[in-house]
Amino acid sequence: MSIPVRKYDAVIVGAGGAGLRAAIQLSEAGLKTAVLSKVFPTRSHTVAAQGGVSASLGNSEQDHWHWHMYDTVKGSDWLGDQDAIEFMCRKAPEVVVELEHFGMPFDRTDEGKIYQRPFGGHMSNFGEKPVRRACAAADRTGHAMLHALYQRNVRAQTQFFVEWMALDLIRDEEGQVLGVIALEMETGEVVAFHAKATIFATGGAGRIFYSSTNAFINTGDGLGMAARAGIQLEDMEFWQFHPTGVAGAGVLITEGVRGEGGILRNSAGERFMERYAPNAKDLASRDVVSRAMVTEINEGRGCGPNKDFVTLDITHLPPETIMKRLPGIREISIQFAGIDPIKAPIPVVPTCHYQMGGIPTNYKGQVINDTGATVTGFYAAGECACASVHGANRLGTNSLLDLLVFGKSSGDTVIEDMASMPKAHKELPANFADKTLARLARLENQTNGSSVNDTRLAMQRTMQNHCGVFRFKDKLEEGVQKILEIEKQVAITEIKDKSKVWNTARVEALELDNLIEVAKATMICANARKESRGAHVRDDAPDTPEMPNGRNDKEWHKHTLWQRDGNKLSYKPVNMTPLSVETIALKTRSY
Amino acid sequence: MEREALNRLQWRCTRRALLELDLILGKFLAEEFPGLSEDDKQVFAVLADMEDHDLWPLVNGTEECEDARQAAVVAMLRKSEVRRPQ
Ligand SMILES: Cc1cc2nc3c(=O)[nH]c(=O)nc-3n(C[C@H](O)[C@H](O)[C@H](O)COP(=O)(O)OP(=O)(O)OC[C@H]3O[C@@H](n4cnc5c(N)ncnc54)[C@H](O)[C@@H]3O)c2cc1C
Repeated sequence: MSIPVRKYDAVIVGAGGAGLRAAIQLSEAGLKTAVLSKVFPTRSHTVAAQGGVSASLGNSEQDHWHWHMYDTVKGSDWLGDQDAIEFMCRKAPEVVVELEHFGMPFDRTDEGKIYQRPFGGHMSNFGEKPVRRACAAADRTGHAMLHALYQRNVRAQTQFFVEWMALDLIRDEEGQVLGVIALEMETGEVVAFHAKATIFATGGAGRIFYSSTNAFINTGDGLGMAARAGIQLEDMEFWQFHPTGVAGAGVLITEGVRGEGGILRNSAGERFMERYAPNAKDLASRDVVSRAMVTEINEGRGCGPNKDFVTLDITHLPPETIMKRLPGIREISIQFAGIDPIKAPIPVVPTCHYQMGGIPTNYKGQVINDTGATVTGFYAAGECACASVHGANRLGTNSLLDLLVFGKSSGDTVIEDMASMPKAHKELPANFADKTLARLARLENQTNGSSVNDTRLAMQRTMQNHCGVFRFKDKLEEGVQKILEIEKQVAITEIKDKSKVWNTARVEALELDNLIEVAKATMICANARKESRGAHVRDDAPDTPEMPNGRNDKEWHKHTLWQRDGNKLSYKPVNMTPLSVETIALKTRSY
Repeated sequence: MEREALNRLQWRCTRRALLELDLILGKFLAEEFPGLSEDDKQVFAVLADMEDHDLWPLVNGTEECEDARQAAVVAMLRKSEVRRPQ
């Protein structure tokens, strides 16, 4: 069967920060560029970012990209690739100033420079003391950034396809990527976007977990599409958890609440952080606090009928402080926990926040296959990609930076690569749409199948219970079996609505096809990695004098690669050769 | 409202930039929307098309809604409580 084909020089899937930044490069260079998005560009999840974007501008005090690089390597627990990290940190001032020129309304100092504030893990002089490196636009940094990038694209006449869902990559026998197949929601039409270059900027997949700070849109579509096309996914065991998501709903309660004096308590009302981090207490780093919370819950000191959360107590703060210094927090607690925090503590649990792994790329944004060679015609940037700059753990504000740097560099690389490509598009293989159409037909004709909602929920609960903040050998092994069982349910999802136009049931079933790929990759990679590193912490790899923090560099200082076909794992070395400076040698990560 | 329009509205209510609004609008659409008057349904659809950072402050009460017709629907959204996802 054939489908309509539209030809572009380049197609970008995703209109968040990474996709829009890449699109600017391409459109301004005069390439015919299509950008596909499931939602209107300024509805992308980048809008949710509040904290800021990092760059060693040195506007408030002395700073240097090399210090930023050191912090990022250390933050990554030495799993980040040092060439990519140097590239990102060196480029940071340039891309942030560029964004300013695009019209980004950054907060300013009295002299009119971009104002900078401190943020966890960002230090001066190779880890000495906190430095002001985060640039923000009030508490709406992501929103302001996306608007500035969108406007610039409008000016450059980028062509947007809004409320279109990309379904699959088109790859020929030689492995070259020739575009994507996509579904227009408004018409139900399936169309091929035939392109010389395809950039994925589809964002994260945090909805694989039951408790997630991510909006519903984060279903890992780019990862699902790449995996189905035979591309490996890298370091999928590494997910950052935020200590304080509202139990059940997942909505983020900012670190600022603990900064203002909020206290975490168990069912006995005890301030348990005093036992885990006697100095920093409730303000210890994210992973330390999250693990302490889970230990309390696992040892039976959780709150509520199911003893499955702890509480964040601000009842001792004056109501004026809560209203003035923590705007919105009271409303969030009332709406999502049914609790007025002036009167009672807020139920919280560690909540999935950010995906460090993804589609393997180099620092130019080119996708890399298992042999280390580039996949011709395929690029990725942003949260869906693994460059890898975040390694085993991301520093706050480094993600927005990642979008700007690698969005831009992937665009530049496309332009460069395009120069040596033939003028004409490479021909599409004869049956390029068959697999996608078969997948759609299966969904259309399924009877006696499983429910999309129930199956998604089963997956999310399994991920949460078996592969959360704190990981256990038996739970992981069991989790692998369970996820493989759930995969069978995903293969037989059934939808009642068979209509063509605006069939959201179909779209949600297709999203689940992607989520399950990410869930499998995560569980299987986590089960295999027998050490603790960064955000991946195993009970059977504890902190010992021989292996501080449970990290085992001898056996596990390497990236994981998961292959969908047969769930095969392989490993590749971490790049320890920066572009211009000396290697930042392995060290114990302690703050 | 016809199925198509309703489905489009559902998509725009549950694929937001902010999780807060996914949760609140999604629940409202499922539970309260069917009982609204046709006029209020239209008002809700207009609200759902707003940018997240314009709508969220209205819903969480940190900003007041100036349009009287919208304010009535916003008041209903403010009252809604969401305890569990989806
Ligand atoms: C609550 C919260 C706060 C955060 N705060 C910060 C912060 O302060 N600083 C920081 O650095 N980071 C922060 N982060 C992380 C950061 O916001 C994200 O990692 C980043 O915005 C991701 O950007 P992106 O461009 O990769 O993807 P997104 O912005 O998520 O965009 C993805 C795009 O892909 C499109 N898409 C996806 N699948 C498909 C498909 N199948 N077909 C078509 N289009 C598709 C979507 O429509 C969307 O346009 C935060 C994250 C959260 C959840």
